[in-house]
Amino acid sequence: MSARADILAAIRANKPGFSGPAPDIPNHDDGYPCDAADLRALFVGAMEQMGGAWVEPASDETLTATVHRALGDRLDAGSCIASNIAEIPGDRRVCEADTSASLNDVDVALLRARFGVAETGSVCFTEHELVVNAVAYLAQHLVVLLDPSEIVTNLHRAYQRDDYKTARYTVFHTGPSATADIEGVLVRGAQGVRSLTVVPAVDQAPTPGG
Amino acid sequence: MASDNGANATSEAQPRPAKPGAGKRVDHAAGARQFLAATEHAESHDERVWAMRQRRDAAVETIPEWEELRDLASQIKTHALTHLDEYLEQFEANAKANGIHVHWAADAADHNRIVHEIFQENGVQRVIKSKSMLMEECGFRQYMDAAGFDMIETDLGERIQQLDDEDPSHVVVPAVHKMRSDVSQVFSKTLDSDPGNDDAHYLTEHQRQATRPLILDADAGMTGANFAIAETGGFVVCTNEGNADLSANVPNLHVASIGIEKVVPRVEDMGVFIRMLSRSALGSPITQYTSHFRGPKPGGETHIVLVDNGRSERLGSEKFWSALKCIRCGACMNTCPVFRRSGGLSYGATYTGPLGLILDPSIDARRYSNLPFASTLNGSCTNVCPVKINIHEQIFEWRKVLAEDKQVPWTKRSSLAAAGRVLASPKSYRAALKTAHSALHYLPDWAIYNRLNAWGQVRDLPDVPAEGTFHDWYRKHRLNTAEAGDNE
Ligand code: SF4
Repeated sequence: MSARADILAAIRANKPGFSGPAPDIPNHDDGYPCDAADLRALFVGAMEQMGGAWVEPASDETLTATVHRALGDRLDAGSCIASNIAEIPGDRRVCEADTSASLNDVDVALLRARFGVAETGSVCFTEHELVVNAVAYLAQHLVVLLDPSEIVTNLHRAYQRDDYKTARYTVFHTGPSATADIEGVLVRGAQGVRSLTVVPAVDQAPTPGG
Repeated sequence: MASDNGANATSEAQPRPAKPGAGKRVDHAAGARQFLAATEHAESHDERVWAMRQRRDAAVETIPEWEELRDLASQIKTHALTHLDEYLEQFEANAKANGIHVHWAADAADHNRIVHEIFQENGVQRVIKSKSMLMEECGFRQYMDAAGFDMIETDLGERIQQLDDEDPSHVVVPAVHKMRSDVSQVFSKTLDSDPGNDDAHYLTEHQRQATRPLILDADAGMTGANFAIAETGGFVVCTNEGNADLSANVPNLHVASIGIEKVVPRVEDMGVFIRMLSRSALGSPITQYTSHFRGPKPGGETHIVLVDNGRSERLGSEKFWSALKCIRCGACMNTCPVFRRSGGLSYGATYTGPLGLILDPSIDARRYSNLPFASTLNGSCTNVCPVKINIHEQIFEWRKVLAEDKQVPWTKRSSLAAAGRVLASPKSYRAALKTAHSALHYLPDWAIYNRLNAWGQVRDLPDVPAEGTFHDWYRKHRLNTAEAGDNE
C-alpha cells in the first residue's frame, strides 16, 4: 500500500499549479445523413474499407439461407457453425460453460451486434451477445446480424450510450483481424478472425440480459 | 494501403546497432550511420514510415473538425493531468467495485515484482502477452525470462522482435525496420518456416498456426491499455490483430499494466481519442478492435498494475510535464526525417523518434543525452501530434537542460548557445525561418552536418515552400477555425 500513498503524494506535490477545465465534447455529427438508407450506405462504405463484407438478404430468402450464401466457399461439409442467435440454429450453441479450448474448432461464429457506427463501419458487442468473449477471436470467420435502425452516426454518439458503464466487456469490431507488420503488406486474419460479414436483420428477440 | 508483395526481396543483412552497456551513452549517430549504410533497408524503412504519414494526412482530410479534436484532446489531457490524483482514486474505486484487483507500482522493479507475485499465487507458467511499451519500459520480458516463465508475444511485429531477440523499433509497428527477407530468416530458424519463402502472407499464416496452440495453452494473458476511464474503472485497448482480446479473454487470468498518465475522466472522452488515435497512427478510421474492459469475465480474474516509474516526478517539470499527454500514436515518428532515415533501433531506447527524444532523457539523462540532438527541429512532429504536445520545443529545451547539466560535451554546448538565440522562443524561430528562406541555410552547420546527425550527410531537408512556412499557411488558413497554440 505504501507505493499507492507515495505515488499519490508525489502527484499532489508535483501536479501543475493550475487546473485545466474539462471541455464539453460536441457531437460533430451535423454533416451526417438523417436518412436511414444514407446512413446505412455510409456504414457499409466504411466497413468495406476496413475489410468487412455486407450481404443483403434476398426477398424470398430465410435468414439461415442468407447466412449460408454469405459464407459461400468458406464453408465445407466439416465446418462447425456456432450460433449465438436464437433465430438461426447452427451446428452448436455457445454456452457459458464453454472453455476456450472447446471453442477452438469453431469455423464460423454467428453473433448479433448491439449497434453499429457509420463513421468507422464498426459493430459493437458486449459479453451479452458474445456469451463467451473468446469466441469472437477464436472462430475463423464471423457473421454478424445488425439491426440497421441501430446504426449511430459517429464515435461521439457511440460513446453516449451506456453500454460501457453496464457491460463488463464492450468491443468494436471493424472488419476482420489485420496486420501489416511484414514489409507493410496488408494481411487479413493475423491472429483473430479471417473474415467479418454483416447481414442487416431487424432484431425481433432482444438479447436476454442485454 | 498495402505495398504489393513483389519480387524485389533483398539479401542485404539487417543492420544491428550495438546497444551500449549499463551506464554508457547511446550513440545514435553511429547507429544511424550503420542503418543508412544498409541502403535497401534504409530506403524501405523511409518509404514505409512515410507512407503511414501520408495515409494519416489523407484520413485527417476527411475530418473537418480535426483541429478542434486536437484542442479537445489536449484539453482533456490537461484536465486529467492537473487532477491526476483524484482521477486515479476514482478509477481505482470503480475498478475495485467491478471486481478488478488494483495494484500500484512505484517503479519498474515494483511492477515486475507485483506481476511475478500474481503469477506465483495463481500457479502461472505460460503467459501470452500483447504489445505494451510500458512492459518494455520496465524490462519485464527480460525479467520474466530470467525467472523462468514462458512469455509469448502475440502481436506479429512484437513476436518477430522477440524471436530475433531484439527490441521493438517503433511504437505501432515494432518490426518496421525489418524486410521480409529478415523475417523469413528469423521464422525459418525459430518457427521452422520454409527458408526459401519470404511471402508476407505465408509468413503471417505460419506464425498464426505456430502461436495458436500457445494461446490456447496459456495460464495468463497480459495487455497494456491505451486509456483508463475514471468514470467506469474500465480500460480501453486498441489493436488490429485481435491479439489483446485473445490475451485477455482466452486465459482466466488477465493482468493489465497501465501507466498512471493513461487515466481520463469520462467515457465520452473516448469519442475524441478513438477518433484520432488510429487516424494519426496508420490513417485508418479506427483500429480493427477497440476493447473496453470493465470487469473480469465470469469465472475470470483481472488485475491492474498502475505504474508510476518517474511519471509523477515528470508532472512537476514545468517545461516537460505535457509530454505525459502522449497517446503513443507514433505520428511524430512517421513524419520525422531523422527517424525515417535512422531506424528506431539506433535510438537504443524503448521510446524512439521525437516522442523518445522528450521521454527518454527524463528516464536516464546521461544514457540518452545524445538523443535530443537527433532532430532538425522542423516542427513537423508538433504539427501532427493529436494531443498538441509542443514536441520540437521540448526537444530544444532538453538540449539546453542537458547542456546546463553538463550531460553533453562542451563543443555541443557552445554551439547550442548560438542556436539558442534563435531557437529559444518559437516566435523568433519562426521569424528566422522566414527570413532565411530555409531552415537548413539558417541553422548553424553543426545542427545538420555535425557527424552526430548522420542522416544529414546523405540528404538535405526540403526548402521552405515559396508561400512561406507552415505557420504562415496555418495562420492564413486555419486560424479562424482553430485556436493557434496550446492552452498551456
Ligand atoms: S508525442 Fe504526439 S504524435 Fe508523438 S506518439 Fe505521442 S501523441 Fe503521437
